[in-house]
Amino acid sequence: MKKQVKGNLNDLRQGAHNTWEELETSALTVRIGTPTCGRAAGSLDTLQTFRERIAKEGAEAHLIEVGCMGLCFAEPLVMINNPESGLPPILYGPITYEHVQRLVEGFVLGDDPCLELALGTVEFKEDGTPYIPEMPRFEIEERLILRNCGYIDPLNIEHYLARGGYLTLQQVLQTEPEKVVSEVEQARLRGRGGAGFPTATKWKLCRQMEKEPKYIICNADEGDPGAFMDRVVLESDPHSVIEGMVIAAHAIGASRGFVYTRAEYPLVMERLKVALAQAREIGVLGDAILGSGFNFDIELVGGAGAFACGEETAMIASIEGQRGMPRPRPPYPAVYGLFGEPTVVDNVKTFALVQRILEQGGEWFSRIGTPNSTGTAVFALAGRVEQIGLVEVPMGTTLREVIYDVGGGIPEGRQFKAVQIGGPAGGCLSESSLDLPVDYDSLKEAGAIMGSGGMVVLDESNCMVETARFFVDFLARECCGKCTMGRLGVKQMLLILADFVKGEGDEEDLDLLEKLAEDIGQGCLCHLGGSAANPVLTTLRYFRDEYEAHVKEKRCPALVCKELITYYVVPEKCERACDHCVLTCPTEAIVTDERTRLKKVLQDKCVKCGTCLDVCPPEYSAVIKVSPPEKVKELEEAAGG
Amino acid sequence: MAEPVTEKATVELTIDGKRVRAEQGEKILWAALAEGIAIPHLCAIKEAEPPLGTCRLCLVEVEGQGVVASCVESVREGMVVHTDGERAVALRRRAMELLLADHPLECKDCPKKGKCDFLQLSIAMKVKRPKNYRPFPREELPVDASHPRIIFDPNKCIRCGRCVWVCKERVGEVPFDFIQKGYEMRLTTFMDKPLGESDCTGCGECVEVCPVAALCFKEGG
Ligand SMILES: Cc1cc2nc3c(=O)[nH]c(=O)nc-3n(C[C@H](O)[C@H](O)[C@H](O)COP(=O)(O)O)c2cc1C
Ligand code: FES
Repeated sequence: MKKQVKGNLNDLRQGAHNTWEELETSALTVRIGTPTCGRAAGSLDTLQTFRERIAKEGAEAHLIEVGCMGLCFAEPLVMINNPESGLPPILYGPITYEHVQRLVEGFVLGDDPCLELALGTVEFKEDGTPYIPEMPRFEIEERLILRNCGYIDPLNIEHYLARGGYLTLQQVLQTEPEKVVSEVEQARLRGRGGAGFPTATKWKLCRQMEKEPKYIICNADEGDPGAFMDRVVLESDPHSVIEGMVIAAHAIGASRGFVYTRAEYPLVMERLKVALAQAREIGVLGDAILGSGFNFDIELVGGAGAFACGEETAMIASIEGQRGMPRPRPPYPAVYGLFGEPTVVDNVKTFALVQRILEQGGEWFSRIGTPNSTGTAVFALAGRVEQIGLVEVPMGTTLREVIYDVGGGIPEGRQFKAVQIGGPAGGCLSESSLDLPVDYDSLKEAGAIMGSGGMVVLDESNCMVETARFFVDFLARECCGKCTMGRLGVKQMLLILADFVKGEGDEEDLDLLEKLAEDIGQGCLCHLGGSAANPVLTTLRYFRDEYEAHVKEKRCPALVCKELITYYVVPEKCERACDHCVLTCPTEAIVTDERTRLKKVLQDKCVKCGTCLDVCPPEYSAVIKVSPPEKVKELEEAAGG
Repeated sequence: MAEPVTEKATVELTIDGKRVRAEQGEKILWAALAEGIAIPHLCAIKEAEPPLGTCRLCLVEVEGQGVVASCVESVREGMVVHTDGERAVALRRRAMELLLADHPLECKDCPKKGKCDFLQLSIAMKVKRPKNYRPFPREELPVDASHPRIIFDPNKCIRCGRCVWVCKERVGEVPFDFIQKGYEMRLTTFMDKPLGESDCTGCGECVEVCPVAALCFKEGG
């Protein structure tokens, strides 16, 4: 049994620190982001090409695989620091393997910073290159959870140590557990898993329980479609979460911990496995942690990717080997949890923040954000926004700042319509909510929830009825199904919404939908079903006119719902000699008038695939969608039949 | 698992204006029933801990707390319960409507004819199969008559979970359980094998608790 004493860890850290300093100041380093998001954009090819090129040229460069830098819109990302050039580190993206040769010749072997490929510089301003810390995004962002992400090699514990890693744990182990809890209490930390429950309250309750053993579970299930915050943290900086978990274990007196993640996150599993082994090796995990009498170890559990297993009681059942179904609370897990023992379940980001709080102090943390929602919030920004990616902002930042300043606004000059926040069971907020501060209470009041951090931006080309149908469809399939309201109520809402997008249903159905949503929200067994009403209730609250257009006029204002639109070729715009639409139509539904050469869509043959609209050259833009479908007759008559 | 009760402490609460004493930890539902106050209920089993809480037919209102499932929520000192609160009644009716809309109403030829708890409860609640709902799309599943004593008709199941609970807790056998999730959740045997090929001892505890005709004894039950 390998046992390290505190002194050894200090030596280890000092060594790691020296190596890191040298790497930062005098070595040529190429950092490549290879988290799941980067890989999806081809960063492994970029990495491989760099490796081959550098070997071939015999260049003395350190290739460092790092996690997610948050700028997912520009993946694959590469950051090169060439101290000899006298230039600051430069961030490049997107860099596919085709660009690698240019970068190697330019900035690895030479001192040409290849600014045409750069996203910006990281230190001081270079002519023509945006200075990244001055991008509006970074003025607003504050990275507590993401501070190491994209900067260190997650598989190299020395990087984490060099950045002060496990120093906090060393200090915490000298502190009374009560003191740790009160620090978290002073920070007024609220859980980042969605509900925003005060973390210290949960910990205290669990701590007071006289039963042993006690357990800690890190909730890394992250089932929301489009959300990837927890994945990024675990892939990019796993030790910060592990350190947070060990601190929490000390605080409540737990002897075993679990990280529950989904099997669809293979890279999370792989990296955590490595990180856990490293942590055991240096003695910050396992028996007699850092030479103290404290034993705590962490196991990795892979779920089958069921959304309902993100709910804490379902997660506990799943770890116990039962069906991952929620049960009524109380009793809360802190009292009656895993195997019936007191258990604390917290989200990945909550543990990462615990590490920061114990490092910097609860008082420091409580000054960030708003009085009721302290600290920062991490969002996975997606949808119709320029710079999709991961953002971390202080609580209380407005939605407008997040979407426009951090996210760069809506592309193609389109009009903002809504922001869907809080995951599938969250809500859609309209333009009127843009100045709402992002915090637990404001969002709840507006009908949405903080959730665990999904934020999808919708613009004028999104139909809100279809959006509601999409999320309700997800929930009807992914809710546990245990209670009547969740299993049948959500499905009934889906059936009604599916009719609406087809132009079926009447005002009475609209009324039924609204009542169903209210009842489901109140009558469900678990939280999930309860919040399943949110997508319907919020779209009805903010976009009722769109529902009414569908139901009363059989019209889809956003021109999305297939059965409510028709395609029409505007005669005044059609070039006539160009046959793009005629030739590409898969069902030969577009015909040319022999005399005028004008195109006409034969509605009974048209399958509404939209190919004609896509291929019509932009200088004509003659193909349009109209709704309701009958409107096309008016247009044809007006054009002279 | 119940908390160890050292002495039988009682609390006083008010249900529909009536002062009621109940044992600490008792659920509202059983405290009310003991006093002759009726609350609709279907999935509830008194000994089940944690309670099933699946049917949502027993919802009541608690002052200062809102709507709760009376079979799940324990009594507390000074608690004020209204079983006839407007919201609670509406929600109970909603749950019943949903269950009826998802249930094949073939009562005439049903083996449980005249003895169906579910039908009787719907009549007592004065709830009919709603006409304005969209029909639930369900594929008809084969009726399993492979067992010498028990017929299993999955189409009739309302997923209350009583059979699974008694089988696990009282008998210790688990020949069937729920599979899938969401709308698709259904009761079945291990790997969908015929019940007759399972470990089922045929004790019939499950048939006794089934409120519909999903589980029946052969030959008229
Ligand atoms: C349907 C459902 C899904 C959930 N999914 C997650 C999830 O993916 N990740 C998470 O941390 N919490 C999730 N939660 C919340 C957890 O039940 C629990 O509140 C949370 O893990 C507590 O951690 P916290 O106090 O750090 O927020 C979910 C809840 C529900 C009802
Ligand atoms: S009897 Fe209470 S939920 Fe079914």
